[in-house]
Amino acid sequence: MPEPASGPDRAVGAALARWRRLRRRPETWLFLVILAVGTLFGLMAPGFLTLPNVIDLLETYSVQAIIAMGLFVVLVSGGIDISFAATASVAQYCAALLASRLGLPAPLVILAGLAVGVGLGCVNAALIHHLRITSIIATIAMMSVSFSLLMYFSGGRSIYDLPDWWTSRVVFYRAELASGDIVRVTLPVVLMGAMALLTWALMTRTSIGRQIYAMGGNPEAARRVGIDVGRLTYVAYGYLGFAAALGGLVQAHRVGESVPNAMVNTELAVLSAAVLGGASLAGGVGTVPGVLLGIVLLAILQNGLNLLGVSPYFFQIVIGVTILVSTSITVLSSRRGRRLRTLGEAPSHG
Amino acid sequence: MADARPLPAAKQGSPLRLFAGLPGGHLGLVSLLVGLLLLFAFLVPGFLSVATLNSFMYQLPLLGLLSLAMIVPLMSGGLNLAIIATTSQSALLMVWIMGTLAPPGTGGSSAFLVILLALAAGLLLCVLIGLLTGALVAYTGVHPILVTLGTKSLIDGVSIYLTRGMALSGVPDAFAAAAASTPLGVPLIFLLLVAVAVAVGVILKHTPFGLACAMIGSNPEATRYSAVDTGRVLVGVYALSSVVCFFAALVMIATFNSASADYAQSYLLVTILAAVLGGVDPFGGFGTVTGLMIALAILQLLSSGLNQFGVSTYLTVAIWGATLILVVVAQTFAARLPARFRRRK
Repeated sequence: MPEPASGPDRAVGAALARWRRLRRRPETWLFLVILAVGTLFGLMAPGFLTLPNVIDLLETYSVQAIIAMGLFVVLVSGGIDISFAATASVAQYCAALLASRLGLPAPLVILAGLAVGVGLGCVNAALIHHLRITSIIATIAMMSVSFSLLMYFSGGRSIYDLPDWWTSRVVFYRAELASGDIVRVTLPVVLMGAMALLTWALMTRTSIGRQIYAMGGNPEAARRVGIDVGRLTYVAYGYLGFAAALGGLVQAHRVGESVPNAMVNTELAVLSAAVLGGASLAGGVGTVPGVLLGIVLLAILQNGLNLLGVSPYFFQIVIGVTILVSTSITVLSSRRGRRLRTLGEAPSHG
Repeated sequence: MADARPLPAAKQGSPLRLFAGLPGGHLGLVSLLVGLLLLFAFLVPGFLSVATLNSFMYQLPLLGLLSLAMIVPLMSGGLNLAIIATTSQSALLMVWIMGTLAPPGTGGSSAFLVILLALAAGLLLCVLIGLLTGALVAYTGVHPILVTLGTKSLIDGVSIYLTRGMALSGVPDAFAAAAASTPLGVPLIFLLLVAVAVAVGVILKHTPFGLACAMIGSNPEATRYSAVDTGRVLVGVYALSSVVCFFAALVMIATFNSASADYAQSYLLVTILAAVLGGVDPFGGFGTVTGLMIALAILQLLSSGLNQFGVSTYLTVAIWGATLILVVVAQTFAARLPARFRRRK
């Protein structure tokens, strides 16, 4: 036991202890990296740290962020899902068909699209829970089934005649800056915020969320404590299906058409954003702010390099290096933490 | 991921764990294969012909070699998402060397030297990628899915950056002729697949390295405490996987007569499907090359047979996915059946 310290020393000690706790959180590292990269780009590319650019960035990445929220819940539950891009495409195309061919009203179309997403998510959950197929295998299989069926039945044809209510821009807040630039807060950004808040509330403020963390940490222990693991599997994958469908609808809203294969190959980008933010493939850890920070990091990297005039072909190299470096740092620092951890400092999930 | 979930209840303590894939192990797979063969022979007139066999032997090698590259890390409980990227980059490098150093019309012996140089460079590149990936997996402790996701993105990025996404062509005639040759009436690329499959099978089954691989896949900690240098074995696993990618790159050049960063991208997940269908445990530790080969034959048979019915390729992929789900379902119920009977007694 160290001798009792006087006032200021104790404050310093508390701050140090706080820093030691924070140091182990991937969010802290991510935040510092974002600050560093943001400052760097801000100094090098004059247009980078302007409000319109930041809002544009948010809008560009809103679809990925919405889907990442759902994937985050599945990752916390200890599973993984590769099929969400296919789910998003199927939900989007079904809704587009209903809207353009049958001319159904907006609420029905949106409900139907979301229901398709939740339904496909529940199929995943059924395969994983009742048939005991490993989540990665089940979702790879479901991805090939649902995406190929979509391509088969749509014949790869895009739907261009989406109704106006779907494609017209919804602006919640509009302001003109002194510089003459116009700042708009649009529907995708608002939906992204709402989805992040909803996911945060679900995972930290409800018993379902706490149970999902428990299940991801140790499913067998969770089951013996009396948690209904099957129901939680449905909740997690159904929620991802919902998020994917919402992402699909928003994507069509942004581009004004429904292209069946527009969202393929976004799986790995969304997965890397979630993992960058500290969600672990082993389940049981991760936070909503972390996932958002992961998306922000990828977004500012891409945008900043663009503004600097770096070739877009170069971007994929940067993403690869970022994933490798950040995951290595996260694992290595948490490994050091595990060795030193005392009982009072159990990791928190806040 | 592997250590976070318990074994499915049906598999725990059941000898069926040793024969995952289909009830009856390889026997089940073979009977599925024979059944499909008979079905198509019955439904499609002229299905059992030399032409079908030939197209079969030309189409299988690329997917087969890529699946072999996937099975090695799968056995060790990992995954290599970078196999396609490695294959394309190696193919790009080889075609670039051959195209710049031996333009059409180069004399026989110098063309031969250039081809040798290209092969050596392609192999070296694959070994380097494999060692780097293996070292990252082994010594950082990051999950292989993430490491190989990063390397895939990195390798693809370099390929696309350097080629601007264009395809490279310009393979010397000598190489093209050798690749298209058919000793004993069998395409050379099919013989290559057989040779690599036998080699990988022997390495996995009959060498200390293969045993260590499967043991790491079952329980890495226990293997480490049994005085196996797990880090070194893991580096070897990813190096071997990448070397198999080199052979896949040769087949890729032979098949397309060119190379590009986005050839064969859609095969990535199919290789995992084939491995699981062939009885490889996705958590690692169990699986055989024989099972994988039978599964590949089933997938290829489904695709050729449905193709002759005039079914679209998209539908074929959907049926592949459905086949996998059905096979795993059959396995689950077969494992549960004995328990049910016991309860009724």
